[in-house]
Amino acid sequence: MSIDKDKIKHISKLARISVDSKKSDSLAKDLTSIFKFIEQLNEINTDNVEPLSSILNTPLRSREDKIDDGKIREKILKNSPQKNEEFFVVPKVIE
Amino acid sequence: MSELTKKNLSEIIDLIKNKDIKSEELTQLYINKITKSKKLNAYITTCFDHATQESKKFDKNPNFNSLLPGIPLAVKDLFCTDGFKTTAGSKMLENFIPNYESTVTENIWKEGAILLGKLNCDEYAMGSSNETSYFGNVINPIAENTVPGGSSGGSASALAAELTPATIGTDTGGSIRQPASFTGTVGLKPTYGLCSRWGIVAFASSLDQAGPMTKSVKDCSIMLEAMAGFDKKDSTSIEKKKENYSKNLKTNIKGLKIGIPKEYRVENMPKEIDELWNKGKNILKDLGANLIDISLPHTKYALPTYYIVAPAEASSNLARYDGVKYGFRSSKGKDLIEMYENTRSEGFGDEVKRRILIGTYVLSSGYYDAYYLKAQKVRQLIKKDFDQNFGKVDAILTPSTPSSAFKIGEKANDPISMYLNDIFTVPVNLAGLPAISVPAGLDKKGYPLGLQLIGKTLDEQRILNIAFAFEKNCDFKNEVENWWS
Amino acid sequence: MNKDKFDYFIKGEKNQYEVIIGLEVHAQVSSNSKLFSGSATKFGAEPNSQVSLIDSAFPGMLPVINKECINQAIRTGLGLNAKINNYSVFDRKNYFYADLPQGYQISQYKNPIVGEGKVLLDMPYGSKEIGIERLHLEQDAGKSIHDIDPSNTFVDLNRSGIALMEIVSKPDLRSPEEVNAYIKKLRTIMRYLGTCDGNMQEGSLRADVNVSVRKVGDKKYGTRCEIKNVNSIKFMQMAIEYEARRQVELIDKGKEISQETRLFDVKKNETRSMRSKEDAHDYRYFPDPDLLPLNFDKKLVEDLKKSLPELPDKKKERFIKDYGLNSYEANVLVSEKEISDYYEEAAKASDQKLAATWMMGDLFAMLNDKGLDISKSPISAKNLAELVQSIKSGEISGRIAKEVFEIMIVSGENPRKIIDTKGMKQQSDPKELEKMINEIINKNKDKVTQYKAGKEKLFGFFVGQVMKISGGKANPQLVNEILKKLLKG
Repeated sequence: MSIDKDKIKHISKLARISVDSKKSDSLAKDLTSIFKFIEQLNEINTDNVEPLSSILNTPLRSREDKIDDGKIREKILKNSPQKNEEFFVVPKVIE
Repeated sequence: MSELTKKNLSEIIDLIKNKDIKSEELTQLYINKITKSKKLNAYITTCFDHATQESKKFDKNPNFNSLLPGIPLAVKDLFCTDGFKTTAGSKMLENFIPNYESTVTENIWKEGAILLGKLNCDEYAMGSSNETSYFGNVINPIAENTVPGGSSGGSASALAAELTPATIGTDTGGSIRQPASFTGTVGLKPTYGLCSRWGIVAFASSLDQAGPMTKSVKDCSIMLEAMAGFDKKDSTSIEKKKENYSKNLKTNIKGLKIGIPKEYRVENMPKEIDELWNKGKNILKDLGANLIDISLPHTKYALPTYYIVAPAEASSNLARYDGVKYGFRSSKGKDLIEMYENTRSEGFGDEVKRRILIGTYVLSSGYYDAYYLKAQKVRQLIKKDFDQNFGKVDAILTPSTPSSAFKIGEKANDPISMYLNDIFTVPVNLAGLPAISVPAGLDKKGYPLGLQLIGKTLDEQRILNIAFAFEKNCDFKNEVENWWS
Repeated sequence: MNKDKFDYFIKGEKNQYEVIIGLEVHAQVSSNSKLFSGSATKFGAEPNSQVSLIDSAFPGMLPVINKECINQAIRTGLGLNAKINNYSVFDRKNYFYADLPQGYQISQYKNPIVGEGKVLLDMPYGSKEIGIERLHLEQDAGKSIHDIDPSNTFVDLNRSGIALMEIVSKPDLRSPEEVNAYIKKLRTIMRYLGTCDGNMQEGSLRADVNVSVRKVGDKKYGTRCEIKNVNSIKFMQMAIEYEARRQVELIDKGKEISQETRLFDVKKNETRSMRSKEDAHDYRYFPDPDLLPLNFDKKLVEDLKKSLPELPDKKKERFIKDYGLNSYEANVLVSEKEISDYYEEAAKASDQKLAATWMMGDLFAMLNDKGLDISKSPISAKNLAELVQSIKSGEISGRIAKEVFEIMIVSGENPRKIIDTKGMKQQSDPKELEKMINEIINKNKDKVTQYKAGKEKLFGFFVGQVMKISGGKANPQLVNEILKKLLKG
């Protein structure tokens, strides 16, 4: 699989990372060689193999339905780059 | 007195317990040494005031029954520490101060340890040379301009340079064992689920494990004992009783069956590595172990598998760094979407962005089956390789790395050659197994090399024992000269 | 509106079209704490006060699942007659939004906890079965508030991480009426089960609506559009009407319908395309590596099954059989668990049919008028039963009963006490009544003559006189009988 600039544009949009066109070229080159490396996997027939769902064989543990968290607004907001007393603040969404 | 920092952790603990030295004096020794060793760039953050205060507190009211009584130590900057900056080696978290403590660090503080500082690492633990850190390269004390390995490069460097008596790192594809091998130290990646992942900045959730990095196998057993334990806050934490690894450490390995996988003799592997491996085999044989040739046929596919699974998980794990709740936010951008794109473009370094993009791609519509699903199937095969052989053998011996430490910048422009560093360590993470890297010798440049012992699930005690016996008979001396201060 | 034939079709220029509707209902699970964290789920709390480090996705935070949410999903699955999957998987649905702190929503994609099931609707044209495709558990997002500040959006994460059940129907619905009945039925079932409070104003029940149209008689489905996040039945109905017409108009003009996500604009009563969301539609689902597959044994399902309450369909059958109600009455009286409980309490102590009539008539009118739930009714089931019994035994007339009822609303008193203290008891002694009627006949000889001559309308005059003199308390049946007898004589 060769990765071209259009693919870079598409996935960087999905990943919400802006990539300028200068970087896009070298990135395309790197990713192409990485995917070539990754595609060694196509040598193996995995038709009858179940994908690994978890490395652990234990069942999922659950917790009781108790309220034992929250009420820490100050802590939650403390590290935010933009906030007021009650909310996180972000630039407007333009649809 | 500076001789003291040369000592192993277990010896220092004895000195404290025998009241030969106070925690405060010990702490001061390390503080002085760290202050003079800035050139290595091993520390991102130091907490000297905190360490001094805590050591005084310990001396006033010492508890000598704890595992790490009054021991100052530094940890990889991937562990969230309450009230102390936790950067993950990234600009994104340059000023992030958590108000919570990771379970693993909490566990060691409870055993009496004291936080000295936070150690440099590759950005979000993505790297094998510590060159991706936003806070600059870390130098390997074995030689100027040499990398300490990665991603726990700061931890390995600090340990080898005696800037901490022991430390903890995280290992997703070799990030503890490879730097341990590069610096002549001991590093253990526990069974997936033995140490809680709660409060550790996540890279790839199904692979990440915290583990000890120490100067000796005995130190390693003490640290592991302090770190490990069931944590109900981590759904992948294994529910089991705590073990006394240090107390149960023994050197008798007679009759143990050690597997030697033929697939670990890779193309273009330096002769020295092969010789070192043979040296290891001979030592174990002399100690009464039986060597058994085994085959792990899918070994070759571990690295390609890893470079699908880990970036896929990372692309999702790192989506939370969006400039809203904490961390860096770009001032550019006219709306929310542009703010995201600029924040993530400016806040992440090149390697992190590369991996996020790989991960995004392998999960994207139309490619999921061909890449991600395929990789999870191959991962199953890799795990089965191990499962089948662990019926026949008790542990597996391999080299830790395909080379010794390399020069800074040597592999920076070739991602694949950088990734190949983890060729021997990655299969273990994919299979969730425990493995330890022990120093075994020096190459002709005088750089250390390590051997890796891979164990069965939750069989940490056994690989510690084998490593312990090996260490006693290997006659390895890490001769690090202080050239930097 | 009593149609006995289904007749919802959209007329195009040349053809009639039927409307194909499927719903994805998001129902908030009733639980104390969130799906993966211990924060509270209460509605209307201070902004960001019910948020933990997990809900706000701090580095290193991990999810641990709430047992009760699993149980609630299983209960709901059982209530929908659905297959419960002992093995299910939590996946991450990846997308960026200000109110999605993790950058992904934990949901279930390929392996949901509940599989196929069905819901029975009672339509005027007969009963209709709606297929359920699946039910899965997922996290709710937070809330973006756009209207406080002109240049910024405020984010409140109180809702972030609350457990939702997404219930996906098959495309079996054919009209806004059926959508109404379906949502109400789902709501009733979940309220019976206690798995969702169904409060649409508070957002506990929302839906995405999939709409397509096809020529009557066609077998193939048309291209569908998804209308996102509509939070009232009325708006759903309006959106469907608009969207179906829009699609038929496009077909008439020979244009293609593009499969897309649309938004319903309440003010303009129209749907419009959300094009900006389209390119971000690649959700990159994959199993959440922070969690293990969910696996439970059959015993858990069996135990939950045993503890389920009687559900509305069963209860309706029983009401018809045991209390002699017709299907319509039974339907109304099982529509809410509280109503059915009220009815059963009243019916057990009085005439079952008459109790139903009074509940569905005067009681519901009064509650509706006052905007009260039945649980807040000023008239208790026990008191209503006594009132009904007093009518049935002939102690008071229906007309007096209405007066007693009015007093009961205000005072909340027992009807027995009201009847006694106000002397409202019916006069049912034939001798007394005969005496009264004879007096009236004697005073109105002329009218008696006219009556006998054939002016039968005058009968009403005599009844009126009796009621006037008795203060309305004369037993009307007896009055009729005695009057007829004496007027003949």
